[in-house]
Amino acid sequence: MKSAFNVRHLVSVLLVAGLLLLPLYSHLTGNVFVLTLFTRIVILALAAASLNLIMGYGGMMSFGHAAYLGIGGYAVGILAQEGIGSGFVQFPVALAVSAFYALVIGALSLRTRGVYFIMITLAFAQMAYYVASGLARYGGDDGLTIYKRSDFAGLINPGNRVQFYYLCLACLLVVVFLIWRIVNSRFGLVVQGLRSNEQRMQAIGFPGTRYRLVCFVIAGTMCGLAGALLANNTDFVSPAVMYWTRSGDLMVMVILGGMGTLFGPVIGAVAYLVLEELLSQVTEYWALIMGPLLLLIVLFGRGGIMGLLGRLSRG
Amino acid sequence: MLLLVEQILNGLQFGLLLFLLAAGLTLVFGIMDLVNLAHGSLYMMGAYFAATFVAWTGSFVLGAVLALGATLLLGMALEFTALRHLYGRDHLDHVLATFGLILFFNEAVRLIWGPAGLALPLPPWLSVPVQILPGIYYPAYRLAIIVVALLVALLLYLGVMRTRIGMLVRAGASNREMIGALGINIKLLYTLVFGLGAALAGLAGLMQAPILTVQIGMGENILILAFVVIVIGGIGSIRGAFLAAIFVGLIDTLGRAFLPNLLRQVLSSAAASTAAPALSSMLIYLLMAIVLVVRPEGLFPASRR
Repeated sequence: MKSAFNVRHLVSVLLVAGLLLLPLYSHLTGNVFVLTLFTRIVILALAAASLNLIMGYGGMMSFGHAAYLGIGGYAVGILAQEGIGSGFVQFPVALAVSAFYALVIGALSLRTRGVYFIMITLAFAQMAYYVASGLARYGGDDGLTIYKRSDFAGLINPGNRVQFYYLCLACLLVVVFLIWRIVNSRFGLVVQGLRSNEQRMQAIGFPGTRYRLVCFVIAGTMCGLAGALLANNTDFVSPAVMYWTRSGDLMVMVILGGMGTLFGPVIGAVAYLVLEELLSQVTEYWALIMGPLLLLIVLFGRGGIMGLLGRLSRG
Repeated sequence: MLLLVEQILNGLQFGLLLFLLAAGLTLVFGIMDLVNLAHGSLYMMGAYFAATFVAWTGSFVLGAVLALGATLLLGMALEFTALRHLYGRDHLDHVLATFGLILFFNEAVRLIWGPAGLALPLPPWLSVPVQILPGIYYPAYRLAIIVVALLVALLLYLGVMRTRIGMLVRAGASNREMIGALGINIKLLYTLVFGLGAALAGLAGLMQAPILTVQIGMGENILILAFVVIVIGGIGSIRGAFLAAIFVGLIDTLGRAFLPNLLRQVLSSAAASTAAPALSSMLIYLLMAIVLVVRPEGLFPASRR
């Protein structure tokens, strides 16, 4: 068991080191594209990590997590459009709106279980999608171009590729650290206990839905941060960010990496998006390979990449 | 009045199409406990098969029948090769695996039929309006959809409630180990049920095809609606799916038709024309949210274990 942990730790450490050194590699080789790609990967890894908090540790299978990407993004975009360019306003607003949305839909959805929960979170995300499509003042279906990235009063320049990459990476690492602290706290243990046996937890006196709701809101807020970063990265936000297939993508990242492991979603995001990139370079029809690959991963790769690493080191 | 009758019929027609899709979904879920996101892909394949076969044979009906058979076979092949291995697994595994299948089908269609959509032209005898009430005309094709879908719903009901196969299906839904122990070939039964669900989805797709264009991803939006239907109706219940489908079809269609005018009387016309499309798209999701909050297991829960 101990050696299993070592391999997983080793891979995680290598991954973080690689992500930290990536701009250096990009600078030395003059390969700018890899930095652009990995900025997106880091942001989506952040979103996947937040999904993992509720899905992996909390057992709440949300199929509407991409809604927060859109909400965070639209908070930044709409404020920028209305002339409020300061990141110190935009980001807190993005987080607050995401948290509020999570509170409302969480309070409603957490009354249901199982497939019903999957479906109701999906329905709420579709609602958010249609609301965004109806925002005629902010581009409607076509989306909203953000002409000026968030302004951090000279502290960080999001227009600078390397600085923005490190901003995103810092956010990711802080979020992973927070998740680590949450999971190992009393609160986190209660949430994990609820996943394993809700009745027993209720019987010893924990109000299950309340704990779950708080966890749901924390994850939503974290994903709202990813949304705000994503809007800055693409200088654009559109309803398509919230489309249900994007929520599916996030789920795939979490499962691929290993649900309920700290660095699993990060590894999953890197693996999924790099694979997508590589396959799309080989053939235009990359999804023809990706689709069955997902099926095979589900059928044979229990526990995702992290699970595989665990089995590998145990022999 | 005329508009109202027409919209109610449109709503009914849309609702019945949703039922065809939802029936397969709810059967597969109720009996195999499988969440099949790729059901929308079968709907899409039905439409593509129909467009191809109708162009080949030159006959709408013959093409439709061939397409139906093709979707049935495709569904059975899909169950046999892939989905069979997912029974008894976590719902999350189902979501992921079938999500992968959606990617696959969309890409395969793009490879075979190209990225541009296809058109499925109607034969002349179906593209005329019929007089349904004095002074009220309605397109014959939409009327035909209503008739066919109602017939299928009736056959499905009789098939499930009155035949031996239907009895086995119901028995399989309530206790699969027991029916296996009684010597029923449960694997074959599952393959057949899945094929039936696929054929129903294909029928919905090919009937919808002449009204909309046949295009990649056409099954995805309507799949979500079908999920809303079965969640409102109670997962696994055909009767619930039927009622919820009609309900959702009517609300969606009538909402789109009349909400803008209603809103215009309350709000300024600029605000109304902004809010109306979004609000009418949201209506059924709102409905689903309300139903789930009040009855977390849907309106007609199929079985209480």
